[in-house]
Amino acid sequence: MADTQSKELKVREKQEVASPAEQTTPGLVFTPAVDIFETEKEITLLADMPGVKADDLTIDLRDNTLTLSADIAPVDTTEEQDILVEYESGKYYRQFTLGELINQEKIDAKLTDGVLRLTLPKVEKATPKKITVKTG
Amino acid sequence: MIYRRLFDFPTWRFRSPFGELERMRRQMDRLFEDAITPHRLPQAGVFPLINLTEDKDKYYIRAELPGVKGDEIDIQVTGNNLAISGERKIAAEEEGSRYHRREREAGTFSRMIGLPGEIDPDKVEASLENGILTVVVSKAEIAKPKQITVSS
Repeated sequence: MADTQSKELKVREKQEVASPAEQTTPGLVFTPAVDIFETEKEITLLADMPGVKADDLTIDLRDNTLTLSADIAPVDTTEEQDILVEYESGKYYRQFTLGELINQEKIDAKLTDGVLRLTLPKVEKATPKKITVKTG
Repeated sequence: MIYRRLFDFPTWRFRSPFGELERMRRQMDRLFEDAITPHRLPQAGVFPLINLTEDKDKYYIRAELPGVKGDEIDIQVTGNNLAISGERKIAAEEEGSRYHRREREAGTFSRMIGLPGEIDPDKVEASLENGILTVVVSKAEIAKPKQITVSS
């Protein structure tokens, strides 16, 4: 990480979801930026979801498809007048297909400062068994 | 009459070259508008992006800073300017992890926001909740709108 220490952050616009299905509720939907990495034991996913509370986040894993969706609590700005609007808020939605089998019991999700950390432990594979062939 | 029709016809198009240019310009504008404006917000192009709102007494500055801790953000007020700077750190993960995707970025940021009116530098509050920074700046007394009753 040493090379990124002094790097200046660039503006990256929030990516709107190319809708997977037609929406039933109005509002914008964004794709959260994610990091996904894998060790021998588990797959970890980090997702930037500013404005999301733990209660509003839904993580769903079925048939190897992981779905992240989150609502945001709208900020009450009815009394305020906009002077400058550079970003918009909306829901978050993203789907992933997982290649590995995941131990669903041990999935762990944490949300801190608008970043979700999702740990997906892999199913322990049966230890390879060696079969000795007897010669008779 | 035939003469007029044959030779006058092309001339009405060229008689007003500026009119033609104007029409072209309008067409180009429409073209660019279609290509650029669907959902294009005005931006300073500096991280973080902010939303600035006001009410009678205060300015509200909001920015999305996921994964940044409160003590990593530095906010300073000078005159009517508000400076937000800091660093977003992404902790290194354990050795031997293979990355499939790496979209989140770490780095430093600093941004200066010029507020449109006089502010009270002693009344600035900042809070960070779920990765959203909110800075509330009180307007200076002289900048607040005063209700004046008209006496008859």
